[in-house]
Order: sequence, then C-alpha cells, then structure tokens
Amino acid sequence: MLLPGLPAILGGRVAAGSAALLLWIALLATAFLGWERFLRALSGTWDERLALATWALAILLLAAWSRREGRPERARRAWPARTQWALAWEAFRKNRLAVAAAAVVVLAYLLALLTPLLAPFDPALQGELTTERLLPPSSRHPLGTDQFARDVLSRVLYGARISMTIGFVAMSISMTIGTLLGAVSGFAGGRVDTVIMRVVDMVLSFPRLVLLIAIIAFFEPSIFLIVAVLGLTQWPHPTRLVRGEVLSIREREFIQAGRALGLSGARMVLRHVVPNALAPVIVAATLGIGDTIVLEAGLSFLGLGVQPPTPSWGTMVADGRDNLFGAWWISTFPGLAIVLVVLSFNIAGDGLRDALDPRSRR
Amino acid sequence: MTVFLLRRLVQAVPIVLGIATLVFFLLALAPGDAVSFLVSPNITPEALEQIRRNMGLDQPVHIRYLRWMGSMLTGDFGISLTRNEPVRDIILAILPNTLTLSLSAILLAFAGGILIGVFQAVRHNRLADSALSVIGLFFYSMPSFWLALMLILVFSLGARNLWEWPIWFPASGMTSVDYPFMSPGEQIRDRLAHLVLPSLSLALVLAAGIARYMRASMLEVIRQDYVRTARSKGLSEFRVIARHALPNGLIPIVTLLGLYLPTFFSGAVLIETVFAWPGMGRLVVDAIFQRDYPVVMAGTFIFAVLVVIGNLVADALYAIVDPRIRYE
Repeated sequence: MLLPGLPAILGGRVAAGSAALLLWIALLATAFLGWERFLRALSGTWDERLALATWALAILLLAAWSRREGRPERARRAWPARTQWALAWEAFRKNRLAVAAAAVVVLAYLLALLTPLLAPFDPALQGELTTERLLPPSSRHPLGTDQFARDVLSRVLYGARISMTIGFVAMSISMTIGTLLGAVSGFAGGRVDTVIMRVVDMVLSFPRLVLLIAIIAFFEPSIFLIVAVLGLTQWPHPTRLVRGEVLSIREREFIQAGRALGLSGARMVLRHVVPNALAPVIVAATLGIGDTIVLEAGLSFLGLGVQPPTPSWGTMVADGRDNLFGAWWISTFPGLAIVLVVLSFNIAGDGLRDALDPRSRR
Repeated sequence: MTVFLLRRLVQAVPIVLGIATLVFFLLALAPGDAVSFLVSPNITPEALEQIRRNMGLDQPVHIRYLRWMGSMLTGDFGISLTRNEPVRDIILAILPNTLTLSLSAILLAFAGGILIGVFQAVRHNRLADSALSVIGLFFYSMPSFWLALMLILVFSLGARNLWEWPIWFPASGMTSVDYPFMSPGEQIRDRLAHLVLPSLSLALVLAAGIARYMRASMLEVIRQDYVRTARSKGLSEFRVIARHALPNGLIPIVTLLGLYLPTFFSGAVLIETVFAWPGMGRLVVDAIFQRDYPVVMAGTFIFAVLVVIGNLVADALYAIVDPRIRYE
C-alpha cells in the first residue's frame, strides 16, 4: 500500500506498475528535495498554489489507483455494464504504443502544472550576461543557456504551460462550436445546411496560417487573442465531420422514436444526436491539439503569437535562429519538446480512432 | 466532363466573392484604419483627413464595400503604403517565387509519399513497414520551420564549417551573391541548390501524411480480386504492383492535393521566412509588421484564390482518374 504500483507489478502488469512506482518516487523526491520551495509556495502566487494542488492530487490519485489495484479482479472493473465506452477502453488498453503515448501526454501536462515547483530557474531571469551567455548544456544548465543567459530547461518547462494550455483551450472552443454547428447543419438540412456549409467551404479556402496572421495583423498580439483566433478558425473541420455523422444518425430508429414522442429540436440535437456523434469528435480533438500546438508555435515563431519575455516553444525556436551554429541547443530543445508532445497526441489519437471505431475493433 | 468542370467553375465564383467579402469585413472590423499608422506630431489632422479622403475612407461602409469588390474583381489592389508601388505589380513580381517553392515541394512530397506508402503496403506488417510508420509519424508531428532550422544546421552550417563535407546547401535566398556573373549552366545549378533545403523542409512533413494515406489505400487495393488474378496469371510482383494495383491506389491520393494545398501555402509562409525566400508569405508577414494593409489584404485574398483554383484542378484530376465519378 505504501508503494503504488507494487501490487500491479506483483500482479503481472510490470509496465504500468513500474511507471506508477517511478512517478510516485519522483513526486516524493521533488517534495523532499525542494521542501523549502513547497513551504514558500503555500503562501505564494496562484501559479504555485495550483502546482501544489496538482502535486497533492497526483499523490492521492496514485494512492487510490494502488488501492484498487490491490483488490481482486471483479471489484475493480471500471464500468459494471459493457457500454460503448467500456468496450473502447478495453480495445484502447490493448494498444501498448497508444497507451504509452497517452501516458506521455498526461505526464507532459503534469510537468507543465508542476513547473513552478520543478523549474531550476526563473524563466525570465537573466544571468550574468558576460559569463553565463550561450553556455552549452552542463550539469548546472542541463539544456544550456540562451543569448540573455536564461536557463533553457526552465524556459522549455514554462513554455510547455503556455503552448499546451493554448492548444487545449483553443481546441475545446473550436470543438464545441464545430459540434453544435455540424449537428444543427446536419439535423436541420435545407437552407440552414446550405448556408453553413458554404461558409465552411469559404473558411477552409484560406490557408489557415495566412488567415490567422491577417486577423492578428489588426490587433495587438496577446495570449488571449491567440487562443481566440485559433479557436475561432478551427471549427470548420469538426463541423464537416459532425454533419456527416449526423446525416446518418438522423435516419436511425431512435431519432424517429424521439420525433414520435414529440421532443423539441434542441433536446433531440443535444441529448440524442450529439452524444452519438461524439466518437469522431474526440479523435479529431486529440489529433487537433497537436496541430494547434504546431500552429501556435508557427505564429510565435513569426513574432505574431506569444510575446516575449513569456516563453513559448515557438518564440524560443525563433530566439535560437541568430545563434544557430554557435548555440544549437537554444532552437533544438524546444523543437524537440514540440515533436515529443505532438507525436504523443498523434499516436494516442490514432489509438483512440482504432478503439472507438467498432469496425476496426474485431 | 466539360459540363462538370464548367459547373464547378461557376460554383467557385460565389466562393471567391465570399472570400473577398470576408477579407473586407476583417479590414472594416479592425480598430483604426489604414491611415492611423501615419499619425505623428509631424502631420496635421487636416492632412490626415485629406489622405483619408484620397483613399476613400470617408465614405460609408456599403460604398467602400462595393468599391472594394469592384477593385478585387478588376485586379486593382490599391497602392502599397510603404513602397508606393501598385500592390498588383509587387505581387505579380513575387508570385512566381512562391509558386516555384510550393510546386517543387508538392512534387517532392507526393513523389516521396507515394513511393514510401507503396513500399510500406508491399511490406505490410514487417519490420520495414512499422519502422517507416513510426519515422513518418515523427516527421508528421514536426513543425516545418523547426525542421528547416535543423536542416540548415546540419546540411548548411555543419556540413560547410564543421565536418567539411563535399556537398552543402545554401541556407538563404534564391540565388548566390555572384549570381549575375555566372554562366547560364551555373545559374541553373545555383537556383536548384537554393531550392533544395526550403522545398525539402516543406515536403518532408507532408510526405509523411501522404505516405499514411497511400499505404492505407494500397492495402485496400492489394486485397482486391483482380490483383489476385494478376498474380495468378504469373505476372512479376513488380508488374502486379506498378501496373495493376498502383493506378487504383492513387485515386484517393488525388483528393489529398486539394486538401493539402492550404497546408502547403501555410507552410510556405514559415519556410519563406526561415530561408529569406522572397515570396508571397514573406511579403505578407513583412507587410503586417509595417502595417501595410493593402498588401496584407491582397496577399490573403490571392492565397485563398490560389486554394480555390487548386481545388478546381484537384476536382478535374479526380474526374479524369476515376471514371466511376460522373456528375452530370
């Protein structure tokens, strides 16, 4: 009980068990080694308190998981009935690569939330410009320092917060808009459908980056603007997806039954149509977060996204351009962080697609 | 066939009009107007008002809208605020550069993606297939501008300065400094050398996506009965794949052309910035930082129209390669 993961290892699930054990040790080690920071964080900024809360939550979740893992097989089945989601989860669990990728995603978000307790330096803190500028990776600065003598590792960690939060929030906005518009468009049909689909065609005709920079050009770039425009330009894809799905759902018996019962249009769409069209949306959202992170990085790279000194992976890659040959580490590591996170999202999304599609589950 | 293409052409007209409208409302909704960047202590309010009147900015919105639509349709995009040249001339001079980069990248991406996809399908579920899938997903997850920087680091800076490889590629611009003094043969070589890294970094990311589709499509085709027939009548494996399976496997790939075109142009904006390539993307980005609104609007519009044209071409190709598709 004291060591989460141990029951799982003894029960034969070595990979999951040792991952949990390592995470447990790592979490305790951060608290043990950085206890002064933890104490300071108690009365610190909201950022630091959020990190503390995340830390406590992670510890509790791990302990709870370990307790359940210790119980006999029957009691720990997640869903007593075999719903669509339970079946999908069973299928997803068998895909080891996808599970590993999902674990990396969770770990990345955990790292991002815990950053105030973990990062060795303040990301905006400039070191001694004469002696600590452009230092190669060393034990003091594991990923080196940049042209303002700032620690690259700390900046990559803080950049994860910005980039991954933007990706998540923007994707949530666009998926909500897209799902609703698509459901309305497919369900209503007729003139409403035609108008919505023509607008979708039009927005899709713009290369997305060009549309984004055209919008941003007229405003002052800020994080809120980036989230808003990323969220408000992605919706055509989910709209198309959901519309196609709804067109086939519309003809099924349970919708006819709903009509016969005299349900209102809004209730039909929200309670009966949308939940049944959700599977492809979840897949598209998972794959889309990766795309959004890359796009945000591109905007920031051009100087139209997150503004310095706030670290984001895109701006960091741009920072390293001037010293590409002399200090390759400045551009390389934030880029690798993007690749790792986006790759994990893509693999997890592929796994979800296979798991949620009953045809490929055989 | 001709009727179908004509109909698609007619359908494209409202989309282009809609795009122009969308671009106009972006401009109209934005805070401040094209003149506000001129505001400074050195310029009197009267002079500003005069400039506004000259540009027609004192007119009500609907008049400006009609004028805007008229000028878009006649190809008159106004005058650049920073360069004092007609925007049309600037764009016409620069458009070929972007098209060169995009087209060579598209060619590379499709050729590479199709080859890899077919190879993977033939080696289905073997080591080479899985390895290429993972490598492909790795490139697919990569930001193209970062890949570009890494390519520069290795094949330009590293190859030239550190390892002294016999071959390295230039990292910026379209031509070398001494381009005008080269012989015609050298000039072509110089241009090609400058094209290698930009088009490669644009193409690699998308080739990975194309390979995924190609693999899935070929796996579908290889299972068909007629392919088994071709095998059983004793044709060589190469001939079965290349002559019998490939043409049908290629059909879904044609739609990717239309689908990926916006992505190519988006990528071109970033790649042009990295490689200092004098194209449309860099023009628009520079114009944004200089608040040169006419150039931004015209550039956005042209990009969108290029995508519409590209989609038309993809539709036409699709109708040609797949005789089952018939819209009358």
